[in-house]
Amino acid sequence: MSATEVLQSGAGCTSQQLFDCRDAYIRVLEEMAADDPRVCAVANDSVSSAKLKGFRAKFPDRFVNVGIAEQNMVGVGAGLANGGMIPYVCAAACFLTARAMEQVKVDLAYSKSNVKLCGMSPGMAYGQLGSTHHSIEDLAWTRVLPDLAVVVPADPLETAAAMRYSRLHEGPMYLRISRMPVPRVHGDGYEFKLGKAVLLRQGSDVTLMATGVLVSRALQAAFALAARGISARVLNVSTIKPLDEEAILDAARATRGIVTAEEAFARGGLGGAVAELLVQKHPVPMRILGVPDSFPPTGSAEFLMEHLGLSAAGIENAALDLLKDKR
Amino acid sequence: MTKSLNGVGMDQDSPGKLKQEANWIRLSAMTMTHNAQLGHTGGDLSSADILAVLYFGGVLRVDPSQPNWPQRDRFVLSKGHCSGAFYSALAARGFFPPAQLKTHMEPLSMLNGHPDRNKLPGVEANTGPLGHGLPIAVGAALAARMRKESWRVFVLTGDGELQEGSNWEAAMTAQHYGLDNLTVIVDRNRIQQGDFTENTIRMEPLAARWSAFGFAVDEVDGHDSAGLLDRFSHLPIQPGKPSCIIANTVKGKGFSLAENQPAWHHGVPDDEQLAAAAVELGVEVGW
Ligand SMILES: Cc1ncc(C[n+]2csc(CCOP(=O)(O)OP(=O)(O)O)c2C)c(N)n1
Ligand SMILES: [Mg+2]
Repeated sequence: MSATEVLQSGAGCTSQQLFDCRDAYIRVLEEMAADDPRVCAVANDSVSSAKLKGFRAKFPDRFVNVGIAEQNMVGVGAGLANGGMIPYVCAAACFLTARAMEQVKVDLAYSKSNVKLCGMSPGMAYGQLGSTHHSIEDLAWTRVLPDLAVVVPADPLETAAAMRYSRLHEGPMYLRISRMPVPRVHGDGYEFKLGKAVLLRQGSDVTLMATGVLVSRALQAAFALAARGISARVLNVSTIKPLDEEAILDAARATRGIVTAEEAFARGGLGGAVAELLVQKHPVPMRILGVPDSFPPTGSAEFLMEHLGLSAAGIENAALDLLKDKR
Repeated sequence: MTKSLNGVGMDQDSPGKLKQEANWIRLSAMTMTHNAQLGHTGGDLSSADILAVLYFGGVLRVDPSQPNWPQRDRFVLSKGHCSGAFYSALAARGFFPPAQLKTHMEPLSMLNGHPDRNKLPGVEANTGPLGHGLPIAVGAALAARMRKESWRVFVLTGDGELQEGSNWEAAMTAQHYGLDNLTVIVDRNRIQQGDFTENTIRMEPLAARWSAFGFAVDEVDGHDSAGLLDRFSHLPIQPGKPSCIIANTVKGKGFSLAENQPAWHHGVPDDEQLAAAAVELGVEVGW
């Protein structure tokens, strides 16, 4: 089966259909606002891209548009939390993190403010708009901050579950909400647990650890590897922080090596987090798939993902390479 | 209409010619957006007359044959999302062949959705996130002063963009150092991404704010080529102060369907709309 056939077969995924995770995010945000008068939203002009038009219409007095001012919006979020609200601060991930990073560090993480950041359209979803609009540094920047939970849902079910969880979680959270079309990888009734990786497929030769939009691709890669007689375990590491050390160490002990895959710079993100853990507790061969150490060229999101090997075939090849290495 | 007058001290095109050049920039930008199915029509169209006067009215002392000529005037497009109009102006002025506009946003193209100074000649700053242009322009103006050189710095910002605090930090620096070699041009089209500026975050009294921040301010009709030319030809507005020119514009100007319509901020013209725009603008793209 060719890589494309595997991709088309939807192998291992629980739906053929593809979804925009923003739909699940906004559905749950509106549900929570209806149930809980503390839930409010903060926007930065980009009301449509954050899907907040309906929220604004339904809850006009719990909606704030600060204009094009991301540093301000994160600070305003901290103040709303101080005043007893549960603010969801929603903006394109690139500006929300890059522009407001000190506010994220000081006003949220250091202050342990109960603010939920929703980073919209992260990774390379804005494709040809270029590096200014890509958010591929955010995992490195956010996961280094103490007390800030960092969550990258893989599908609409997990997006919805993580959103519900976030309201009950006391403390700052960064949720990375993708617009790249993804199939379902979880079943109905999926429950999100912060800091718990999800075992999607058992396997004994190699472990594929992916996050966000790379999870379905990792499942497809595992399916292709199975056709070659290789048994690949697949872990959805949706919580980048706090990291599920137990599941990662388990995988390191039970399989011959680990391939990580993320729609972010290959340095400092999921791969970096896993490597930091394993090199100290149980070193095993690794391959870290992500964006290499240069700003990507011009191109659509789909083009860039293929071009940079962030595909089922790319993951499959990395696994083969890793297994070849280790005799 | 892709002739370029290479060299410094180029002739000053007549206001009628400038209007035609602006309309060419408009149609070229709309064609690029149509081709890529992505772009920012509203702001491309509102800024076209300003760009035409800067590049073809003999205002900017730049030399396309030596884009990095140290004595050049610096132009910073702070509203980097309007790369369609900007790239078209640069191509028409001779910084690169207009045929290259065909590659806008294509895989591996030098014409990224937002300008990249390491990819294209004539681009001074990598912009896209709003609120970066003015601080960079202030730094450049300080450099000219440190080096005792006479080149000037121009920066074009959006009006919604001015909600970013970085602009006002930079404005304070500019007034403190009395940077009269710096001119801020505000494309005052009264619309941002989601809505009118005054429905989002009020920007008025905008002129008074700039004055309060120590700028010499003037307001002009941003579609009156002669008026823009006259204003840009007499700078600084007041010696010893940075200049701010509020160009009152219409977002989507020149393509009636898009005029003053927030939805056309990043509207993409279809085949029919593009053809209608060509008729309305009375120009041919030619690339
Ligand atoms: C820091 C930042 N936040 C948000 C955006 C998304 N964005 C792109 S264009 C735009 C509206 C800009 O409005 P304005 O400055 O008035 O520009 P114009 O009307 O000239 O297009 C927004 C919010 C951005 N590019 N940068
Ligand atoms: Mg505007």
